[in-house]
Amino acid sequence: MNLGNRKNGPGKNIVGSIRDRVKFEQGPPVLYPFKKPSENDQDKDGSAAGEAEAPAEIPAEAPAAAPVKEPEAAGPDALKSLSDLSAARIASARKALTKERREMIRMVLRTVIAGFFAILFLMPIVLTITNSLMTVSEINANYGVIFAKKNGVRVFISQTVNLKFIPDIISFSQYFKVLVMSPEYLMKFWNSVFYTVPIVLFQLAIASLASYGFARYRGRVREVIFFAYIILMLMPYQVTLVPNFLVSSWLRIIDTRWAIWLPGFFSPFAVYMLTKYMRRIPKSIYEAAEIDGAGEWQIFTKICLPNCKGGLASIAILLFIDYWNMVEQPLILLSDEQMHPLSVFLSKINTGEISLAFAVAVIYMVLPMMVFLYGEESLVEGIVYQGGIKE
Amino acid sequence: MDLKRKIPEKFKDAGASLHSAGQKLNRALRKNANGQDTGSGQAAAKESRMSVRQRREIRVSWTFLAPSIIGVAMFFVLPFFVVIYYSMIDNPVRHRPVGLANYVRVFNNSAFRLAALNTLKFSLVAVPLAVSLSLLLAVVMEQKLPWKSRFRSFFLSPMMVPTASVIMIWQILFHYNGLANVLLAKFGVGKIDWLKSSYAQVPIILLFLWKNLGYNMILFMSGLANIPRDQIEVARLESATEFQIFWLIKIRYLSSTILFVTIMSLINSFKVFRETYLMSGDYPYDALYMLQHFMNNTFRSLDYQKLSSAAVMMALFMIVVIGALFLAEDRFGRDLE
Repeated sequence: MNLGNRKNGPGKNIVGSIRDRVKFEQGPPVLYPFKKPSENDQDKDGSAAGEAEAPAEIPAEAPAAAPVKEPEAAGPDALKSLSDLSAARIASARKALTKERREMIRMVLRTVIAGFFAILFLMPIVLTITNSLMTVSEINANYGVIFAKKNGVRVFISQTVNLKFIPDIISFSQYFKVLVMSPEYLMKFWNSVFYTVPIVLFQLAIASLASYGFARYRGRVREVIFFAYIILMLMPYQVTLVPNFLVSSWLRIIDTRWAIWLPGFFSPFAVYMLTKYMRRIPKSIYEAAEIDGAGEWQIFTKICLPNCKGGLASIAILLFIDYWNMVEQPLILLSDEQMHPLSVFLSKINTGEISLAFAVAVIYMVLPMMVFLYGEESLVEGIVYQGGIKE
Repeated sequence: MDLKRKIPEKFKDAGASLHSAGQKLNRALRKNANGQDTGSGQAAAKESRMSVRQRREIRVSWTFLAPSIIGVAMFFVLPFFVVIYYSMIDNPVRHRPVGLANYVRVFNNSAFRLAALNTLKFSLVAVPLAVSLSLLLAVVMEQKLPWKSRFRSFFLSPMMVPTASVIMIWQILFHYNGLANVLLAKFGVGKIDWLKSSYAQVPIILLFLWKNLGYNMILFMSGLANIPRDQIEVARLESATEFQIFWLIKIRYLSSTILFVTIMSLINSFKVFRETYLMSGDYPYDALYMLQHFMNNTFRSLDYQKLSSAAVMMALFMIVVIGALFLAEDRFGRDLE
């Protein structure tokens, strides 16, 4: 193939990658109706590819068709007439053109699928935000039916539920009510913070020690224990909450924050993730530090942890979402509603003040959304690390 | 080298408490270094040196592991043995062994059966949907697509939104007079009482998919990116269709990812109690009565025997299912490793 090409296109310097060769087989670049593909288009990240206005890149299935044509044109006899050669080229170029059109259609289809899902995925979030900007009377007029009935009092404000995307008047009255007039929501918000932040920090601290123990030196007993951690990690709350409840009642910490904190500190999830992360650090780094006279603690704090920064960040994000969302633990371990986090409390708003429920919902999701915007890459990396459980 | 200069500098500003903890480990290391000096050359000395080093490694490992293992043992493992014990006695006062009577009692309990069946039904529908739809999304995202990174953010964002925040939107959408019914009416379908009929699981399944598809998609995308390119190139040269490439090559290479996504979706489907609780409270419509509802109500009555046997049964069920998934994946993806 390679040889044939060179004979085929004099003056074209094809010394590039395989991909360059493939491009050439498609026909002379003059026939491209669109912008010529640059190397940037191959970028894995879509942002670069997105800017290119047309699918200038040759469809990857091209080589499947091309080899059939080319040997005739460039076969053993290199002295074919020029017209013959160009006819073959035009044929292959036409083929490339229809291919390109097909690829174009495919891409439109893909964009439609992705766009459809994207709209579905974003709609609830956008709706919550826009609804939080409505006035109290507007909320009551639109959704009064749903929540009034639950209250036991049937107040008919409007028969059908009127889902509105854009508020008539943008007002911050809901936020004002939440932030200034009803402090209980803010208290619940702080409850959520007080549960989540220490759990994330301490679980990471304990887990980084343990993971170092698992990852630095390996032994049969430790492998078995690590396997037990994995099994424990895979257990649903329905199973783990029973032992948690028993211990908490023995220690008499039920109905205190410790009942939520302590099982959270020792949850095996971060240990599993971090161990996998640490095992990928090359042993030679540790050995170099050892030779240089570093103690085990120094190796841990000065070599191992700095190398795990990425992993720590992504695990912190995953932990944060999980505990920010918690519902099961407080319901069982805390009977005092004053101590419940906002997640549980939000479900009880419905019966009463729906007019500020949307504002509370937005306040509740601001923090995770900020974490998401700031650390999306870490989150993705964390999810990818979580995969491959078999390793 | 570089490290040699770095370490002593940084060591100075380390906290005092860390310092003392570190020195113990330092001493351990120095002991080892001495051992290395004296024992060079002779076979017997080599043997003892190895054991000294190994002993040190074990000591270091377990020191670092101790806090976590103690905690896990205290809060999860040891009490779980007590749970097993509780599941086999008649009550926590008399401690008379009753064998498997508690299990039979729980198994025959109508509430438990309802909850288990509902959870099972939910998992059987939601997990395959979650796996296949996210695979579709990942395949779409893997190919050329404008605004790719933005789409990825869109798909991933529901994962970060607390369920409690969107629960009201769901209630509005699936209310008897809500948007879902209005839309269905346009297609000539009668009104459905979403939360109080046999359709009750539909909104929850949608909520589950909404929250989990992005996460699964990322896993599949990384799985797809790890498939060796040359395999696919060769298949293309052999004029395999895209369909064949997908089913015969990509799916085979994805088998371990599919396993993991299935397990995670299964676990998340057990967590769906969150959504149902937030949507419809402690005592929902029958079709939404999940295992966690059963557990919550049992916790309230403090029936330790019932709780324990239910927990043990669920643990066994999970172990069996996950084990079966692992075995299936082993058979399916064996020739790839």
